[in-house]
Amino acid sequence: MTWLSPTLLFLVTWLAVFFQTGMLPLRVLIGAPPSILPAIVVYAAFTHSLAVVSFLTIVAALWADSLSGSRLGTGVAPLFVVGFLLHTRQHLLLREQRYAQFWLGFASGVAVPVAHAGILLLGSSEPAVGWFTLRQLLGLGLLNGLACPAIFLLFDGLRGTFEYQLAGPGPYTANREMKRGRH
Amino acid sequence: MFKRSHYIALGACALVLLVLLNLPAPASARLKLAVGGVFLPLFGLSTTSDSFVDQASYQLLPRQTLISELRRLEDENAQLRLLSAHANDAIAENNRLRTQLGLLPRGPWKHRPARIVGRDPSTWWRTLLIDYGSRHGASLNQPVLTADGLVGRIAVVGHSHSQVALIGDSACGVAVLIAETRDQGVIKGPQSTVESGIVELSTFQHSPQILAGHTVVTSGDGGIFPKGLPVGRIIDTRPANAGLFTTARIRLGANLNRLEEVWVLQSNP
Repeated sequence: MTWLSPTLLFLVTWLAVFFQTGMLPLRVLIGAPPSILPAIVVYAAFTHSLAVVSFLTIVAALWADSLSGSRLGTGVAPLFVVGFLLHTRQHLLLREQRYAQFWLGFASGVAVPVAHAGILLLGSSEPAVGWFTLRQLLGLGLLNGLACPAIFLLFDGLRGTFEYQLAGPGPYTANREMKRGRH
Repeated sequence: MFKRSHYIALGACALVLLVLLNLPAPASARLKLAVGGVFLPLFGLSTTSDSFVDQASYQLLPRQTLISELRRLEDENAQLRLLSAHANDAIAENNRLRTQLGLLPRGPWKHRPARIVGRDPSTWWRTLLIDYGSRHGASLNQPVLTADGLVGRIAVVGHSHSQVALIGDSACGVAVLIAETRDQGVIKGPQSTVESGIVELSTFQHSPQILAGHTVVTSGDGGIFPKGLPVGRIIDTRPANAGLFTTARIRLGANLNRLEEVWVLQSNP
């Protein structure tokens, strides 16, 4: 059942991009579209193969670009870089603790829009940037910081429900073994 | 440092970026519409569920309320028909006088309703998605407005949906004039989040006579927006560029937060 988890991941990403176009009360509260794609990418980077992470980041960015005023493809690089870096450095990062998940979500929630704006400014686009951007970034960071542990909980629960679990250690423990003879 | 799989992933991403960012603009726009097509079922579902909720709420309304609302609307309709007849007379007279002066008569506009189905999922743009596409008669640059004021213009046309660039977006500059002083200017990008409904106007010269509360309407320059569409009201002004120009903040008439339906202006050929 290894296909189930990536399928759910893509389904949730598809729905997340759709809900980014609505959710008006939350949009007014944080002053920006409620994008949780960075938090989803953090989860994917820690739990899936690099192929899945790469494909997910490219597809998610294309979906988001297709509904926005951005040129198609400008949102790919920020999401991909976050996913790639977290995946390749996952052995150096805490991931089980909730506070670690919060800060990873917060950092990616700020880094992705900043990098996207940087790419747009490098091109000939004129994104809406001003002092109000700081408030937007803070809102997006907090949203992704809160969403990241929730996504870990959700997907871990789903995987626990639908996927085969590893067998436990059983009653036999090696350190209780009686060994005869000289040691 | 990196494994072979890492280089493959980096190469694949670079290739995708290289292809997408080097596509000609029309091809990129068509591809964008095709990719966005995966959300059409969700937009359809959202519209259907909204109308279902509306229908259900109508069922719950008492008959007495409906009858009193119907009478109120009948009265309002009668008054509006009277006003419309007067306005048609004035338009005809205006066109006759314009013809005598050698000016082109102003073409009449048709209003088509459209429903908001989504907003821009990116932080950096001010756009809306409406359920009004080329099959309904949408075309590029058609003005979009509400009864309270201008909203924006159609920036991308799809088969069944279109993208509207809102006032304040870099893709929607609007030439305006102050109704009281006749000073002209241009609305620039937003100086605050779109939710606050405030945009900034730059006049072409220093205009100290512009005051808070003055009305801002479209000037008709640029050929996209017809003259006289309401835009908003001045909040405050300040001199800019060492007093060469005046910059004013405008509170938009249309509440962009509460938009559910809009009107698209279609000019008659």
